[in-house]
Parts: sequence; structure tokens; C-alpha cells
Amino acid sequence: MFVEALLTGITLGGMYALVAMGLTLQYGVARIMNLSYGEILVAAAFAVFWLFTVAGFNPLIGMAMVAPAALVINWVIYRILLLPLVRRAKTRDALEVDSILATFGLLFVVQGVMLVLFGGAYYSYSFLAIPVDVFGVTIAANRLLALAFAAVIGLALYIGLTRTRAGTALRAVAVDPVSAQLVAIDVRAAAAIAFALGGGLVAAGGVLVSMFLTFNANIGVVFTMKALIVVIMGGVGNMLGALVAGLILGLTETFVATWIDPGLTLAATYSIFLIILLVRPQGLFGRGGR
Amino acid sequence: MTLPLPVKIVGAAVAVAMLACVPLVADGYRLSLAIGLLNYTVLATAWALFSGPTRYVSLATVAFFGIGVYTVAVLGEVLAWPLVLLIALGIGVVLALIIGLSTLRLSGVYFVIFTFGLAELVRQLVTWFEVNKTRTLGRYVFVDITTDQIYWQLLALAVMVFAAGLLIRRSRLGLALRVIGDDETVARHVGINVTAAKVALFMLSAAFMTLCGAVMAPRWSYIDPAIAFNPVTSFQVLIMALLGGVHRLYGPVLGVVPLTLLFEFLLANFPNHFSILIGIAFMLIVYAIPNGIAGLAEKLWARVKGARP
Repeated sequence: MFVEALLTGITLGGMYALVAMGLTLQYGVARIMNLSYGEILVAAAFAVFWLFTVAGFNPLIGMAMVAPAALVINWVIYRILLLPLVRRAKTRDALEVDSILATFGLLFVVQGVMLVLFGGAYYSYSFLAIPVDVFGVTIAANRLLALAFAAVIGLALYIGLTRTRAGTALRAVAVDPVSAQLVAIDVRAAAAIAFALGGGLVAAGGVLVSMFLTFNANIGVVFTMKALIVVIMGGVGNMLGALVAGLILGLTETFVATWIDPGLTLAATYSIFLIILLVRPQGLFGRGGR
Repeated sequence: MTLPLPVKIVGAAVAVAMLACVPLVADGYRLSLAIGLLNYTVLATAWALFSGPTRYVSLATVAFFGIGVYTVAVLGEVLAWPLVLLIALGIGVVLALIIGLSTLRLSGVYFVIFTFGLAELVRQLVTWFEVNKTRTLGRYVFVDITTDQIYWQLLALAVMVFAAGLLIRRSRLGLALRVIGDDETVARHVGINVTAAKVALFMLSAAFMTLCGAVMAPRWSYIDPAIAFNPVTSFQVLIMALLGGVHRLYGPVLGVVPLTLLFEFLLANFPNHFSILIGIAFMLIVYAIPNGIAGLAEKLWARVKGARP
């Protein structure tokens, strides 16, 4: 029982960490507090569902199509919808408020489109639902696959951000957008790239989640919420923090669902959030200053 | 524009008296429309009471509203009506105090995020409690309150919201809030207890929202958590207040009237595309009129005055 819950929790936590990494890019670098973030995840899940059940594409091939498409779409969203707000904003706080409002509107638009297309019912598909034996516990192969992919994508992102020139530029913008300009970094271009990358990541996360969880058109808000909590828990802009916080959240949820009550997982999530806010508002790995 | 105070008070009293006559003359449909208008007037004005001066965007309107609704659904039959309202008020205020104390000490983003998920959390907790403890999901509201009475109660609530807004504006608290909204660091340095001021106002705003939910509860004969904690309510209140303009007390009303009528029209004609359409309407407002109708009107007025030497 314990090992099973542990494995489930790590898989779920890995998804949260991956999804939160995208959000921390969008919020940390592009300074956009994106409330429609989870809708991209659900849209990707529906896209892969459609590709798999109607067009007959393997979800992994689906991911190779959906994630780059989401990357491009998010870049366009940033250029068209959010750049006017960036230009208009006098301070960082003003941009935060404006972006919260604009993406809150976007949330209802995207959700409305999905409701029209798919209705409010729950969807799932069966892909690689083969039992696999790990440490004496049976677990579905699709979960292991999702976890492996999350680990690979997360690792690639981490190496890209810490070991390449472009990645260092993104991190520089996250630390101080004004000083970043002084060393010849195009902050607006960097912000657009970070926002697009975040969108691509969350789409990949959506594809992986759809392999083993049921989803419906209204569920995006929950993912946005959890991603936000993980980002704050780990410290805004901190990749390693997002990984640890994501795992903590996934494990907590699974343990609460297994031993206490499945109806109380969100309450557990919130309790963690409250404790973090009260004890360490800058996040587990964040530096002070806020 | 500057009338002496007694004239203003008499004018307001006459307006309220005329509004109070609406149930005597209006038919069923018009009365329910009027109730909708008053409901959103109370909610949007209460929202702007807190979010206007502090510039903290609260997305949790429906959490408090729903608590009000549920309190009536649970206690409406067993206790006297004023007592039920009082209990609803107590629950709402205590919840606001807890949320305010834990999030309002921090930067505004934490507050927004927390309120973003609050309605969902409360909804799931209520669902969990109903399924596991009372073993029923959904309740019937049996309260001996007529539609006319709902209207009058809402009108009284609206008068109270405006009175509270006016009193705050003239008090030390109002001045403190304006300083906080302009610059929190400055506010701290001149000796304002920033957290206490914000929490106090948040509690007041939540009190009105909870009461509004309690008063509105008899409108539904059947409720379940999905009805009481419908996130679209929070969204509608926010968009109305923003359209009207949050920096003036009368601002939100200017948004409530056109948008209530628009939503009524959209719901009747495009029920399936409602969410898309209000999302687009909302984004248009955020981009095109960031200061709301009140801000727009003032700008025009200033231009007219500037043109005349």
C-alpha cells in the first residue's frame, strides 16, 4: 500500500513539477501572472484525445505535434494580447494586475470553446494500460511512461537554462529585467520566448496527464491553482524549487487520498499553501526581499 | 456638481423611496430583473469597496456569497430569519479575517492566487461534508420569504453598502487606504498599520457579500454546491465593477446596469456560447477602458471644462 501510494504520488508530483516549471518561466521571466494556464493543459489533453481516438495517432506522436503548436500559439498570444499590456504598464505591479485580468478573461474564452466542442463530460482514453510490476507493486505502464517523459523534459529544460547562453539570458531577465538590458539582452524577446516555452511545457504536461487521468473542460482551473501553489512554494523563478514542491504536493495529495479521504485532497493542498504563506512566503528555496 | 449635503441626502432618500415602490408596480419578470440588478449592485460595490482603494483583485466573491446561500439552506427552516442572517454574517466575517490575516500581509499576488482557488476549496469542502456527514448532495430552501421581501432586503443592503462606502471615504481609514493604494511603502512610513486597514476593509466587503448571498438564497428552491459556488458569479461581479470604474463609489453601478441587461440577453439567446462571449467582453473592457466608465466620463468632463476658458 505504502509503495503504491509512493509511486502514484511521485508520478503525480512529477506532472505538477513539470507544469509548474512552465508557469515559473511565464511568471518569473515574462512577469505574466497567467490565470488561463491550466486551460492550455486541458486544451492539449483534448487535442491529443482527438488525435488518438479520431485520427489514430499515438499520444506520443500527438505530443510531438501538440507541444510545438502550443509553443507557437503562446508566442502569438504574448505578442498580440499581452505585449500591449506590457507597454501600457508603468510598474511591475500594474503589469501583474493587468495580466491577471486579461488572462482571467482568456480563461473563460478558452473554457467556453472547449465546452462548446466537447461538453462538460469527463473524457479519457486507454493507452498503454498494461500492468507493470515495480518493487512488488503493479502500476500502469502509461504512468511510468508519463513520469519518464516528465523527467526527461524537466532535465532538458534545466540543462538548457543553466548551461546555454540563451538559458542564462532568460535567468538574467528573471533576476533583474533592467540590468539585463545593460548587458545587451533583448528583454521583450526573452519574455516572449519564456512565455512560449511555458506554454509548450504545459501542453506537454497536458498530454502526459491525459494518458492516465480523466479530464473535462472545467478542470483547467484546478491545474492552474496547483501550479501556482507549487511555484510559490518553490520560490518564483526557481526550477529546482518547483521540482521539490511539485513532488511534495503530489505525495501529500496521494497520501491524503489513500489514508484520509479522496474528497479532501484540495483542502490538503490549501493547508500546505497556507502554512507556506505563514512561515516562508518567499518559498522553500526563494531568497527574501518580498 | 457640488450640491450642499442636505440636498444630496434628500435626493438619495427620494431615489430610495422610488426604488422601494418597484415591487408594487412591476410584473414578475421586471421584478426579477430588478432583483438581479440590486444583487449585482451590492456585490460589485462591496467588491470595489475593498479592491478599489487597495488595488487587490479579489476573485473570491462567490465564496462568500455561496456561504451566505448555504447558511440559509441549512438553518433557514430551524431558526428565525434575523438570526440566520446574523450567523451567515458571522461565518463570512470570520473566514475573511482568517484569509486576510494570512495573505494580506504579503504582496498582492498571493492574495489574488489564494482567492482564485478559495471558491473551489469551499465548494469541495461543502460537497465533502454533505456527502460524508449528511449523506445528501443538494438541499431544498424552505423559507417563508416572498420575492417582494427579497427585493426590499436587497435594497436595504444596497443603501447600507453605499452608506458604508461614504463613511469610510470620510474617515481616517479611508485616507489610510488611499495612501496604501498609491504607495504601500509610504503608507508604512507615515505610521499606517497597513495590514490592519486592509484586513478590516476585506472583512467589511465580505460581510456584504455573505449577507447578499443569504438574502438571495430563497430565490432558488433547490441548491447544491455547484449552484451556490458558481465561479461565473465572481467573474461577473469583477467585470461589472471594472467596467463601471472602481475608484468611485458610484462607479460599479454604471457597470452593473448595462452588463446585467447584456448577460440577460446573452443567456437568453446564446446559452451555449455565454462563457466565450463574456470572456471576450471582459477582455475588451480590460484593454479599452482600464479606468471604467466613471474614469472615461471624468476624462471627458475635464476636456469639456478645459476647452471652456
